[in-house]
Amino acid sequence: MNLETKIIQIQGTAAPLPGDDIDTDQIMPARYLKEITFDKMGEYLFNDLRFDEAGKSKNYIIDHPTYKNISIFLVGNNFGCGSSREHAPQGIKRYGIKAIIGLSFAEIFAGNCKSLGIPLLTVTPDVLAQLSKIVTDQPTSLLTIDLKNKTVTVANQTFSVDLSEARRKSFLEGTWDAVALLKHNSDKVDALVSRLPYLNAYAG
Amino acid sequence: MAKNTLYNKVWNLHKVAELETGQDQIFIGLHYMHEVTSPQAFAMLREKKGKVRFPNRNFATMDHIVPTHDQARPYKDPQAELMAQTIKANTAEFGISFFDIESQKQGVVHIVGPELGITLPGMTIACGDSHTSTHGAFGSLAFGIGTTEVLHVLETQTLALSPLKVRKVVWNGKLPKGVYAKDVILKTIQVLGVNGGIGYAYEFAGDVFATMSMEERMTVCNMSIEGGARIGYINPDQTTFDYIKGREYAPKGAEFDRAIAYWKSIASDSNAEYDDIVTFDATTLEPMITWGITPALGIEITKSLPQINELPEHDRKTAQQAYDYMKFTPGNPIIGQGVDVVFIGSCTNGRIEDFRIAAKILKGKKVNPKIKCLVVPGSQAVKKQVEAEGLDRIFIESGAEWRYAGCSMCLAMNPDQLIGDQISASTSNRNFMGRQGSTTGRTLLVSPATAAAIAIEGKITDPRNYL
Repeated sequence: MNLETKIIQIQGTAAPLPGDDIDTDQIMPARYLKEITFDKMGEYLFNDLRFDEAGKSKNYIIDHPTYKNISIFLVGNNFGCGSSREHAPQGIKRYGIKAIIGLSFAEIFAGNCKSLGIPLLTVTPDVLAQLSKIVTDQPTSLLTIDLKNKTVTVANQTFSVDLSEARRKSFLEGTWDAVALLKHNSDKVDALVSRLPYLNAYAG
Repeated sequence: MAKNTLYNKVWNLHKVAELETGQDQIFIGLHYMHEVTSPQAFAMLREKKGKVRFPNRNFATMDHIVPTHDQARPYKDPQAELMAQTIKANTAEFGISFFDIESQKQGVVHIVGPELGITLPGMTIACGDSHTSTHGAFGSLAFGIGTTEVLHVLETQTLALSPLKVRKVVWNGKLPKGVYAKDVILKTIQVLGVNGGIGYAYEFAGDVFATMSMEERMTVCNMSIEGGARIGYINPDQTTFDYIKGREYAPKGAEFDRAIAYWKSIASDSNAEYDDIVTFDATTLEPMITWGITPALGIEITKSLPQINELPEHDRKTAQQAYDYMKFTPGNPIIGQGVDVVFIGSCTNGRIEDFRIAAKILKGKKVNPKIKCLVVPGSQAVKKQVEAEGLDRIFIESGAEWRYAGCSMCLAMNPDQLIGDQISASTSNRNFMGRQGSTTGRTLLVSPATAAAIAIEGKITDPRNYL
C-alpha cells in the first residue's frame, strides 16, 4: 500500500555507483521478475554486479562496509535504462534508498520512481564529481536534499539539484502516488469516454 | 514547441484534465497486460477492494515465461506455473479478456494486439512493458508503464503523465538490398544515442517509412525505447488501413469507413511543427550489428570495431565496459567473429515477414552444426501461417529448432537461455550484460536476414552474400 506522505527533505549517506547506462537488467535481473510479489526485491538489488554465480561477493561498491546504511545513490547518465520493470525501483526502495542524484535518468524508470516516492534529482557533471569526491573521501558525510529549495547540502557546501516542477510539487504535496488525483476526475473521464470516436463507433 | 503533430492531436483528445501537480491526466484507450507486470497490480486492486473501471478496454496474454519447447502443464518451472495460474485467475475475476494457449490467440503481447486488429490508430495505448512503443507503428501513442501505473489504469483507465517534446526522425531514399527495418532503427539509435530520446516522442517519417509494411514499421517503433524515446510512431496511411481491414477486432462496414476518416484526421498536418528534426539517408545504409552492451553500440557489419576515442564522449565509459564484457578488441573486424547461438524471433522480429526472409536464406542450406538456432514464432497465429506456407519445413530441414510462440531467448525468464559466455546473434532488442540468461552471456543484435546468414556460417557474416 502506498501511503501519501509529503516528501520535503531527505537526509542520509550516499554511495557513488560507477558507470553510465546502468540498465534495469543490472538493477534487477530478469529471473527475479518471476516472483508475483515485490516483497523480496530489496534482497535481489544489483545481484549479478554484487555476487558471482557461487554467491561469492564481487565487492561491488554498495557492499563496501563504509557504505552500509546509505539511503542515497549518486549515478551517471541514463540510469535505469531498459525495461519498465517496477521490480527495479521496488528493489531500490526496499533496499533503503530514498533518493537518487545523477546526470540523467531513463523515462519509464523515472515515472516508476515517482510512483514509489523516490525523488530523482539531476545535477551537472561538475556537481556530481564534487559530491562523489566528498562521499568517497568521507563516506560518513551526511547529505541533505531539500526539495523546496532544490538543493543538496553536504560538508557545509550547497549545490543545486533539478527535477521537473510537476514531480517536485507532487513530492512536496504528498500526491506522488497519483491515484487519488486520478479518481477525483471520474465525471470528466465519463465525459471524455462519451466523445472518443473509437469508443462510439466512430460516429461523427 | 511541437504543434499539429499526431502526438499533439492524440494527446489533447485523450486529456481528461490538468492535475494540480502540473501533470496531465490522460485517458488510456487500450491497456494490454501480460503475466509478469500484472500480478502485483491485481493484488493491490484486490487488497483495496477495487474494481476495473473499463474491463473491455483491457486485454491480456501470456508470453515472457511461456516455455517454447515443452508446454505441458504444470510447467517444469513452478514459478512460471504459478504466474500462468495467477494471470488466468486475475483476468477471470476482474472480467478481462485473456488470450491463453487454449484460445489459439496467445503470443507476444505486441504481436497479438496488432494482428487481432485491437491496436488501431488514434489511441493511447499502455502496457507494463517497455516495448509497448511497437504499437506506435499504427499512429497511436503507445508506451510502457510500471506495475503501480498498471494499477492506476485498472482502477481509473487513466494515468498522470508529463507531456513530451516531439522529434521528427526522417529517413529519405530507398533501402538498398539486404538492408531492413531492423538496420534502420539500429542505425538511428547508434547516431542519436541510447538516451537521445529521453523527453521525446519520435515521429518516424520520410520515404523509407512510407514504403514500409506494417510489420516493418512495428520493428522500428518497437526499438524507439532503446534510444530513450518512450513513444515512437508513424502516421497512419493506406498501408495502415489495408492491414487493419477485416481483422477480428477491427471496425467493419460503414464503421470502418468512418474510422478511416478519424484516422486520417489525427495524422500530423503538413504544416506541423516539431521540437527537433533529424534526417538520414537510406541509400548508404548497410546491415547493422551491435557489438556492445547497449543497443546504441552498433556498427555497419563491414566495419571494424571502433576505437574508444573515435566514439562520442558520452559513449566511452560504457564502451570500455562493453569491450571488457564482450571480450572484443577495438580495431578488429566484426565479420568472422564466431557465434554459438542464433535466435530468430521476439516482439521486434517475430512476424511472418521476418520468417519469410529467414526462410529465403535458409532454404536448401544447413545451419552450421556447431551452433544452436532457435526460430520462435511471435504468436500462435504466426506459427500457423508459417506452417501453412511450409516455411517451418525449411527451418527444420536446415537443422534449426522450430518452437512454440513466446518471448523465448529475448530475456531470461523462460528455459531458452545462453550458457556461460556463449555469444548469440539475436533478432531481439536488448544486449545488456546478462540479458539472455547467463551472467556472462553475450548478445549481438541483428536483422532476421543477418541472423539466418550467420546461422549458416556459424560466424558473423554479411547477409547480402545470401541474397
